[in-house]
Amino acid sequence: MSAATLFLLGASHQTAPLELREKLALAGGKLDALHGELQSLAGLEEFAVLNTCNRVEIYGVATQTEAVARLQAALCALNQMDARVFEQIRLELHDLPAIQHLLEVAAGIDSQMVGETEILGQVKDAYAAAQTRGTTGPVLNRVFQKTFQAAKHVRTHTAIGEGQISVASVAVDLALKIFGDLRRCRVLVLGAGDIGEKTARAFKSREAGEMAVTSRHLEHAEALAGAFAARAIPFDQVAGALPDYDIVVCSLAAPGAVVTRAMAALAMRRRATRSLFFIDLALPRNIDPDVAALPNVFLYNLDDLAKIAEENLALRQAEMERVRALLAEKAGALWQQIEPRMGGNHTEG
Amino acid sequence: MTFLGLGDRTWLWLASVCYFTGLVLGTLALLRDRRQPRLTIYGFVAAGFVLQTLGLILRGLAVQGCPIGNLFEIFQFTAWSAISLYLVIGATFRLSLLGYFTSCLSAVLTLVSLAAPGWDAAHRINAFGGTPWVALHAALALFSYGVFALLALAAGMYLLQTYSLKHKQLHGLFSFLPSIYELDLISVRLLAAGVVLMTWSLGIGAFHWLQDLASVDTPKLLTAGVWLAYLLALLLRLGRKLVSQRLAWTCLALFAAALLSLGPVNASRHPVTPDGPPAASQP
Repeated sequence: MSAATLFLLGASHQTAPLELREKLALAGGKLDALHGELQSLAGLEEFAVLNTCNRVEIYGVATQTEAVARLQAALCALNQMDARVFEQIRLELHDLPAIQHLLEVAAGIDSQMVGETEILGQVKDAYAAAQTRGTTGPVLNRVFQKTFQAAKHVRTHTAIGEGQISVASVAVDLALKIFGDLRRCRVLVLGAGDIGEKTARAFKSREAGEMAVTSRHLEHAEALAGAFAARAIPFDQVAGALPDYDIVVCSLAAPGAVVTRAMAALAMRRRATRSLFFIDLALPRNIDPDVAALPNVFLYNLDDLAKIAEENLALRQAEMERVRALLAEKAGALWQQIEPRMGGNHTEG
Repeated sequence: MTFLGLGDRTWLWLASVCYFTGLVLGTLALLRDRRQPRLTIYGFVAAGFVLQTLGLILRGLAVQGCPIGNLFEIFQFTAWSAISLYLVIGATFRLSLLGYFTSCLSAVLTLVSLAAPGWDAAHRINAFGGTPWVALHAALALFSYGVFALLALAAGMYLLQTYSLKHKQLHGLFSFLPSIYELDLISVRLLAAGVVLMTWSLGIGAFHWLQDLASVDTPKLLTAGVWLAYLLALLLRLGRKLVSQRLAWTCLALFAAALLSLGPVNASRHPVTPDGPPAASQP
């Protein structure tokens, strides 16, 4: 090799099924072991390992052609994976395409949930870990720092991260549009089912105020309440408790309406100025649809939330080409800065 | 009266250009980038406010009093009042889109008043007969109209947000609206502030009217009616009898009524000088 190369070697959910990703994952002490081995690998000048549930990607700078092959062998040996199997799922990119890939990963457009933000934190963690171990150098430092700037830029200037794409997060987003700050909101969860629990968890993670759980079986309510430091209330006290809560999440398996228009109207008379947000996740629906006609009452059912999540996802996907083009521009500019440091002639593509 | 060789109307035109630029940039950003450049809009509104203040000071010096002597000045002063409040509220509450709507309102009020030459054809020199209390009464009344203008904007945003949430249309402009809770909170505060200012203004006015009962004419009663309606709205809101959309619609209707009352109130005052603009008020 006449010049150094910036490369990416690994596999992700785009190239490998779950079973193989599981095998490749650098869990436990494997990550440390890999780091130790790569630090002494001949021809490998710099490297950083991005290890998440959806990808194992090693970004590096190699000064010898064989260095990437040696790295692959070390990765396979560590995971006891047949080299032929790895080659079927392998993602190997060099120079500009490697930069473009890292930018797309950090911006969230290579993620399973397009536009998610968690990946940027994971890329930052991977870089920080590599810096701590002293395995990055001038090339990777520049590439990663510019990557973070690019990811921030596309999030600010495009709709790639706009709107929530899970039912529970959409419900939380809607509550924010009504109440602004969830810390002053009281949440009542009707039913201890799975989807109700997920939604309650989403509210809890956004620091919702006091929470209460009720179910037709008090012991179920108490079990769920325990998980959220909430209080359990007997099912027959729902009507009386309704005015005290701002957000009502309903996922009961009741055959008909549990919250009627008359109950909601009575609650609103006592609430007066405060809005009331009903989230009906049950099938069949457990909140009378006529409740939505009351002033200052907002009712969303499972279909409504799913539709919003789909719309948001479609919006993000529609932005992907724009984001990709923006990132390609930035990757090109970055490669122009990096290329002279690598020495020799490189082909783009 | 000029500053840097420019007359009051030129400064007021420049202020309008700032408000209009804020409006255009805000609209473009919303349509193209689907984001709201709050800081940029705030900057343009603040720049417009400085220029408008300068223009109004020059006009005030020319007419030897508070520049609220004709319909042009009244519209300018009302827009200035709304902007001055927004600059405080916008910085404190960081309400999304309020700056955009305020720049929209100010651009409309100031550009319309500048584009209607008849509104500024006649001037009242020393319109308040050298009585500072009467001038204060009029200025406070108009300032309260500025507060009510901002209240009308907040009420409009409340109705838009309610429509968006009720009809499950959450994208586009709707996605930038503040929460229902914040809009209600700010509306109540603006309503209370407007009523306090107008009560203060009418209190000062009443002191003079009581000394000259014959001067109490229909336009003055109209103004008192506007105040009474706003006061009633505030009391009903505090008593939780007038809430949510009904309060918002009431605020919008009352502001329309308040604006309509400005014409008769202006026409009923002392006769205007027939000789056009005050000395050196043109660039």
